[in-house]
Amino acid sequence: MNADLRRERAAATFQTELLTHILDGGAERTRRRKEIEALVLNDPDFQHEDLNFLSRSQRYEQAIRKSALMVMKLREYGIADPEEIYWFKSFVHRGRPEPLDLHLGMFLPTLLTQATPEQQDRFFMPAWNLEIIGTYAQTEMGHGTHLRGLETTATYDPATQEFILNSPTVTSIKWWPGGLGKTSNHAIVLAQLYTQGQCKGLHAFIVPIRQLGTHEPLPGITVGDIGPKFGYDEMDNGYLKMDNFRIPRENMLMKYAQVEPDGTYVKPLSDKLTYGTMVFIRSLIVGDSARSLSRACTIAIRYSAVRHQSELKPGEPEPQILDYQTQQYKLFPLLATAYAFHFVGAYIKDTYRRISGDINEGDLSELPELHALTAGLKAFTSWTANAGIEECRMACGGHGYSRCSGIPDIYVTFTPSCTYEGENTVMMLQTARFLVKSYTQVSSGQRVTGMVSYLNDLSRQRIQPQHVAARTVTVRINDPVSLVEAYKARAARLVEAAAKNLQAELNHRKSKEDAWNRTSVDLVRASEAHCHYVIVKLFTAKLAEISNAAVRAVLTELCLLYALYGISKNTGDFLQAGILTDAQITQVNQRVKELLAIIRRNAVALVDSFDFHDVHLGSVLGRYDGNVYENMFEWAKKSPLNKTEVHESFHKHLKPMQAKL
Amino acid sequence: SVNPDLASERQTASFSVEKLTAWLDGGVEQTQLRRAVVEAIERDPVFSRENQYFQSQNERYEAAVRKAVHLQKKMQEMGWSENGPEFKYIYRAVAGDIAFLLHRVFMRSVSMLGSDEQIAKWIPLASQYQLIGSYAQTELGHGTYLQGLETTAVFDVTTQEFILNTPKISAMKWWPGDMGRSATHTVVFAQLYVHGKCYGIHPFIVQIRSLQDHSLCPGIIAGDIGPKMNFEHVDNGYLMLQNVRIPRENMLNKFCEVQPDGTYVRRGSQKINYFTMTLVRISLISGEAVLPLMKACTIAIRYSAVRRQSKLKPGEQEAKILDYQTQQEKLLPQLASAYAFHFIDNYLQELFNRGYREIQRENFDTLPELHALSSGFKAMVTQHCTSGVEICLRACGGHGYSLLSGLPSLYTKIIASCIYEGENTILLLQTARFLIKCFMAASTGQPVPPSVIYLAAAKPGNCPAKNKLDFLHPDIYTEAYQHVAVRLISSTAAKLQDLIQSGVKKHDAWNRCTVQLVQAAKAHCHYITVKNFAETVEKIETKAGIQKIMKHLCDLFALYGIFSNTGFFLHDGYLSGAQMDMVTASYLDLLALIRKDAVPLVDAFDLTDKSLNSALGSYDGQVYQRLYEWAQKSPTNKQISPAYGKYLKPLLHNRLSKL
Repeated sequence: MNADLRRERAAATFQTELLTHILDGGAERTRRRKEIEALVLNDPDFQHEDLNFLSRSQRYEQAIRKSALMVMKLREYGIADPEEIYWFKSFVHRGRPEPLDLHLGMFLPTLLTQATPEQQDRFFMPAWNLEIIGTYAQTEMGHGTHLRGLETTATYDPATQEFILNSPTVTSIKWWPGGLGKTSNHAIVLAQLYTQGQCKGLHAFIVPIRQLGTHEPLPGITVGDIGPKFGYDEMDNGYLKMDNFRIPRENMLMKYAQVEPDGTYVKPLSDKLTYGTMVFIRSLIVGDSARSLSRACTIAIRYSAVRHQSELKPGEPEPQILDYQTQQYKLFPLLATAYAFHFVGAYIKDTYRRISGDINEGDLSELPELHALTAGLKAFTSWTANAGIEECRMACGGHGYSRCSGIPDIYVTFTPSCTYEGENTVMMLQTARFLVKSYTQVSSGQRVTGMVSYLNDLSRQRIQPQHVAARTVTVRINDPVSLVEAYKARAARLVEAAAKNLQAELNHRKSKEDAWNRTSVDLVRASEAHCHYVIVKLFTAKLAEISNAAVRAVLTELCLLYALYGISKNTGDFLQAGILTDAQITQVNQRVKELLAIIRRNAVALVDSFDFHDVHLGSVLGRYDGNVYENMFEWAKKSPLNKTEVHESFHKHLKPMQAKL
Repeated sequence: SVNPDLASERQTASFSVEKLTAWLDGGVEQTQLRRAVVEAIERDPVFSRENQYFQSQNERYEAAVRKAVHLQKKMQEMGWSENGPEFKYIYRAVAGDIAFLLHRVFMRSVSMLGSDEQIAKWIPLASQYQLIGSYAQTELGHGTYLQGLETTAVFDVTTQEFILNTPKISAMKWWPGDMGRSATHTVVFAQLYVHGKCYGIHPFIVQIRSLQDHSLCPGIIAGDIGPKMNFEHVDNGYLMLQNVRIPRENMLNKFCEVQPDGTYVRRGSQKINYFTMTLVRISLISGEAVLPLMKACTIAIRYSAVRRQSKLKPGEQEAKILDYQTQQEKLLPQLASAYAFHFIDNYLQELFNRGYREIQRENFDTLPELHALSSGFKAMVTQHCTSGVEICLRACGGHGYSLLSGLPSLYTKIIASCIYEGENTILLLQTARFLIKCFMAASTGQPVPPSVIYLAAAKPGNCPAKNKLDFLHPDIYTEAYQHVAVRLISSTAAKLQDLIQSGVKKHDAWNRCTVQLVQAAKAHCHYITVKNFAETVEKIETKAGIQKIMKHLCDLFALYGIFSNTGFFLHDGYLSGAQMDMVTASYLDLLALIRKDAVPLVDAFDLTDKSLNSALGSYDGQVYQRLYEWAQKSPTNKQISPAYGKYLKPLLHNRLSKL
């Protein structure tokens, strides 16, 4: 092991395993995770060449090979718990997407929730056995966010008892669904249902797209791959165009809405349940933000402990770059953020689990708040992680730019989560809608509960003709609980400001929609402040649950850094609302820098606790043993340009030119 | 035909697009010249970038070599020369997608660092491409800190040769462009040893590949460093030297020489080299940072005028996403920044031309200021432009993520500019060092260079604005920026002194203040950018509505900076909370105002469809048709995937038989 890293690890003030257990949710879960990890890593079937050297087509091929094996082996090993499946899959695919993602993650679950028993008989087992490979085709070329605007049509023909599917315009071509381009032979297609001459809105249909056996597209179906992307090389995101393509009436998913043989439309009872799936998937993205940022931090921090450059003290050897304040200032707040997001992800997952129990018993009362909160947190965490991953890469200097660092791949794989499952700005505005609604309730004398209960303080405030935040919060900058109060006051102030601006626009007799649009920048800021508050609050609350004193101490330092760094990056909000004074801001900035120096000694141990296996990390810079330079050389030798010593373009272009000039 | 949604945007322009283009180019003649060069290149099929997004690293490299070779022919044919007025447009027209850029750096270093004899020997060979050069400075273990380089060159008096070695793995040369596959020669920077004494870093010309068959020379291990985020067309290379002997005459010896008996002689001033470094930093701002941002803005703004999503008013057609305030707030500040940085580039070019004239007269007085400005602005502009391109990418939703949008490759390319030619944090700290020095000088009444005179003249007081319209006065916001810059520089200087006086060692105190120093340097550059934008607007003589729209952009750029850094302006009460609300109100008003001219403002950049190479950003706005056509050309659609036959089918059959 590299001597610098050994020294870093020896100097840590806590046991890394204990923190790993906390992140995993207990020692037993850590053990099981590693057991599954070993199952994959020791399996020769899952070995392959470094993906960085493969073409897109080869990467797809590797992914599909591994996916096919994975499905078999999961069943062979009897792994059925969703979280264990998730681990297995992410070890097999090393945290990357794969062509069966949509089949496993959307096609099968949608059959379970929206198909009638008869449809389940027909489709579920063949799909389970991969005779049918399906995808979920919702987004169109011209429509993503605004679902009601989708243009694909499904027109019922009572004469033949069939639906006729059409893509009437270029913009209506289904575009982006994963696994659609090359892999799937079926798709669940979302289309506008027309029956008896009336449009009944969006419904889901099971559409066969390729011939079983030959895998050729069926007549009336045009299907293909949408071409190269920023990342997701292993995924065949596809397009689908349908021309008068007929499917039997029984292929509409009819557990809720139905079309009877004569074309009579029967309305669904409630559509609130689809809420649940959205909350679940967005909560996964929060966890994914934490993991992706953790991986990038692991790489950047280990490398910064191995890399030496310049001089700090004249005459002394070159220091580790981790000793530079500017480097610490780039990396440690991100490390703290990664921890914060882990705890937030776990909180949402638990809350969802708890509430979904209530939902099954018909109690939907907590769902709107959770839905609003998850939308905002999905946006907040994915935006932050997205920028943070890039920050980590930049902190690795030139070598971060090489694919051997692994960070470019983490970034391009992660960055679409700012867009999919709800574009982030749109998500923030959904949260804002809930915040404004809560504010309005409070204004009209009602009380609100949950994470927005701080808005209740407004009613007390109303007696005095003052800004809500003008009340003095005595902030103690070394006390996380007190900092939670500061964040709370900031959120309250920004929610109030946005709500008042919205009201002012309405008073200028703007239409509701126009007023909303003209206030949307303020509204997004209010949502961000709310989410920021929630995260600081949850991180702080987590500290009380930690029994080991050494671990609690180091997590408290991280929590303080997270909260104080957030203030120092948004000083304007805290100053303008009078929550903190100039002098306090100066103290906060100073304290941030002191914390950097304190966290420095545990930095490597803190990323070790994330416990990413080298194979999973996929980075030469971030290797556990720190032997960076030797392995960069070994890696480069495998580059495709090095396959022959003299490249063919020498004979084709260079030599003739030299002869001519 | 042009998409009606784009056509309508163009009908309502408040200014003449053609006149703005000419003004940006520096005159109608320049515009004509640029268009002629761009057209000549784009019409030539060899320079086509049509299938670029589908090509492998190997194919990209081969195409870059092919283009570089062809460009030589083309230049002869067209009568263009390296020193001619066309040259700056050529690189822009080929979109940098070309090999042998380091060959030019090789030639420049020989010219700068070599003696007259060396120049006479090497330059003709290089300009005839009888050799292909590279420039090998960075090592695996060292980039920023040149003195730390580990490659050695030991002088052997008996044979009159230098013996070059890579003593350990971290000393391997790593990253030099054109070196992985193409170069036959390279300038190697190594620690010079004569008679056991180290004389520091010196440049040596080393042949690495045979001129006959291109095979590696004895003692040389070289190759490509593998895939990167971008620059796939460049063969960035590694180089290991094992007892490679080169003649004494191969050390570039304009400034230092080792004489036959081993005597080391130093002569002349190396300050001119310092100037080259600053020149390189300045010259990359326009092509490598501002231009990509202009491209990204063009793509994202045109697409936002074509893309419709959701409804603003019930019953109406879905709205253009450019009509959403949140979308405007993402894109329009980036547009204003592209203009602001274009103007700062003009400012720097002018300053440098003046500086160059002085330096030719052996007057090096302006050098520290030029160096500080070039470092700071290289860092500030590349950083802002990089994040601007990324914002544009994400503002295009899912389709922005497709390579066919052109945005991912713009992004992965521009981010490299934050690192090469000086890592940005390091550069900002160099600027900060200059600022602190000037501040100290100014506070003791000594003279300081023109760009920092404001440090001496700072006056106390608060912002006098009374209402939101006051924030549309350049004096009001320029002074606010100045105030913040002075405050950050003076408070950091005070902090440094406090630490030193309390007994902390100087270097330690410096490291403890670096986070603040970086902020101070950024604030200084931001202030100059705002001030320069305002002055540029002031001086505009062209009519046709240009001054008015430029004034709006200037206001937007300035207020955006305040809006996104409120804390700096509120900190000591220079702006009050109420004033900050006015800033926000004015800022949001400007978005709606500039929205009307957004498409004409990107049209004025006059970027051809081929140079954008984007399915989303073309002039005609036929986004969806183009996206569909281009996708069909993807190699993945040309055949049934082999993966089906190899892996899926056996799996299915296996299953079917069991069913």
